[in-house]
Amino acid sequence: MASPIFRTAPGMDRLGSAIALLALAGLSLTPLATFRPTRIASGVDHLLLSALPMGGVAALILALMLFCAVFTARSRAGWRLAAALVLLVVLVLVMGQSASFLTPEGNRYARIAPGAGFWIGCFAGLLGAGDALVRLSPGPALRVGALIAAFALFGALLHFGVWDGLSLMKEYANRAGSFWSEAGQHLALAGASVVAAAVIGIPLGIACARIEKLGSVTLPVLNIIQTVPSIALFGLLMGPLGYLAAHVALAKDLGIRGIGTAPAMVALFLYSLLPIVANAAVGMRQVPPEAVMAARGMGMTSAQRLMQVELPLALPVILAGLRIVTVQNIGMVTIAALIGGGGFGVFVFQGLGQTATDLVLLGALPTVALAFAAAILFDAGIELMKGRKS
Amino acid sequence: MTVTLLRLAVVLVLAAFLVDPHLFQPLFEPLTQNGAPAIYDRTPFWQLAMAHLGIVLLAAVLATIVAVGMAIFVTRPAGREFLPFSRSLANIGQTVPPVAVLALAVPSVGFGLKPTLIALFLYGLLPIFENALAGLSEVPAPVVEAARGMGMNARQRLFGVELPLALPVILEGVRISTIVNVGTATLGSTVAAKGLGEVIVAGLLSSNDAFILQGGIVVALMAILIYDALGAVVRNAARRSGLARTGDKI
Repeated sequence: MASPIFRTAPGMDRLGSAIALLALAGLSLTPLATFRPTRIASGVDHLLLSALPMGGVAALILALMLFCAVFTARSRAGWRLAAALVLLVVLVLVMGQSASFLTPEGNRYARIAPGAGFWIGCFAGLLGAGDALVRLSPGPALRVGALIAAFALFGALLHFGVWDGLSLMKEYANRAGSFWSEAGQHLALAGASVVAAAVIGIPLGIACARIEKLGSVTLPVLNIIQTVPSIALFGLLMGPLGYLAAHVALAKDLGIRGIGTAPAMVALFLYSLLPIVANAAVGMRQVPPEAVMAARGMGMTSAQRLMQVELPLALPVILAGLRIVTVQNIGMVTIAALIGGGGFGVFVFQGLGQTATDLVLLGALPTVALAFAAAILFDAGIELMKGRKS
Repeated sequence: MTVTLLRLAVVLVLAAFLVDPHLFQPLFEPLTQNGAPAIYDRTPFWQLAMAHLGIVLLAAVLATIVAVGMAIFVTRPAGREFLPFSRSLANIGQTVPPVAVLALAVPSVGFGLKPTLIALFLYGLLPIFENALAGLSEVPAPVVEAARGMGMNARQRLFGVELPLALPVILEGVRISTIVNVGTATLGSTVAAKGLGEVIVAGLLSSNDAFILQGGIVVALMAILIYDALGAVVRNAARRSGLARTGDKI
């Protein structure tokens, strides 16, 4: 029996109502924007009404009303998606408008940053879009398409300078060059460590599945490596690699140094091994013996069986391991900045050091977006594999 | 037997290090350069370890209460509407890196304990929620039906039948969450929270490998011991709930 608090009028959607309430409360009770006279001075908060010109206020309130109306009713998923997207786009647009509205004429030092209201509104909008997508349950191709469309839309908004007045984009403008090189470094570190771990880890996992003894030794060792805190593992590798660089000419020629990319790569690689090896082993053990028997009966050699029967059947589980590792490494590269490994973490830790929130955001938001995109791409890939199998 | 002895040895070494780290000075001395101190002594190790464990424990308790509460809610008739959504939300939430949570929490709550607690809480929430959901939805329907037939009301069924049966899986979630957070809590030191990360960060800043190594080893040993101890708790719960036959899985 539902308790009385949760009993609602017929035709009302309780999940949607909760999301609508969150958007409403966030945008009406918490500041939409914060004004700072200088980059790191303390800010003055502006609620919705004082943060925007009349047109912006009207647009945002209309979008919010549409959002609340659609989400409190038991409306169709397509309508929900549309209303959520309208709210998100309007929020992004008025935020840019707020920057020019709040900045005094000709003032180059003032900074306008999105406030809690903006973030809560965006969060509610994303929850709404997520809810609609769960109901629509689009296929993998459509989800990847939606991801690309979302990135393209956001990229276009930034390209056309909608947010140029905002503090976040001013931090970006100051560092446009290093932003893209750090982005490249971030992707290179995460990608290369995953590829290296896959090249070593998948064969090792297959071997662990076949040779009981190897598995019982390898997996506990990899488990222990995972318990070493990332920040310590990064640091610990600086010592030996620095020694190597100082005493082995070849290592130095290869560009191996105690700080920077080398220890970051090795640490990320070590962390990646456990999920990859464990999933490869589990995936191989899950292959039905009948399938292997049938392949043997057809006269396939052991190499043919592995490549044509066992690996394809184990692939979804192996990919699931790669997904865990990719998402984990994209996040963990951030920490590599502490030992000079570069990546978006550079902005995060600089921002923390200067208590400059926008600089932290400049590093953290792309990291989250990358991890999120990687998760969607892998999930779509895994689903495609599974679909093909059955 | 050998495992028990090994466990005992690890506990003793860790305890000895926490009480008097200078006993281990000769081991760490070769790692230092230019006469830098070999043992971190700005704050006693046992205090840092207590602070570290305290924050992990607090986050684990809060995360368990909230996550299990949410899982119970979405598996009741009143909350079933929220189930598919909460499941995908939990899935997506897992992709947000802990450093990002930590860094993004700082502007709103300031430096120190609070952002660390928020990051650990949010990061610990998801494994527990996922496992609690799995545990509660895997309770065999005939068992719940039988309980209903015996005249148990919804509350009695939940506390007398469903939760006890789901307990091993829920505890496994708590175990995963806690172990991840013992490591993640070291990151708290980058935002000035007290904990063992302080030793590692001090080592990074002064390029003193001895500090990095001792901080890392203490955290890793604590993580392994906690993992081990919670594993025993999970096995015990599995045995008591009669699910020991799935003990190899969990």
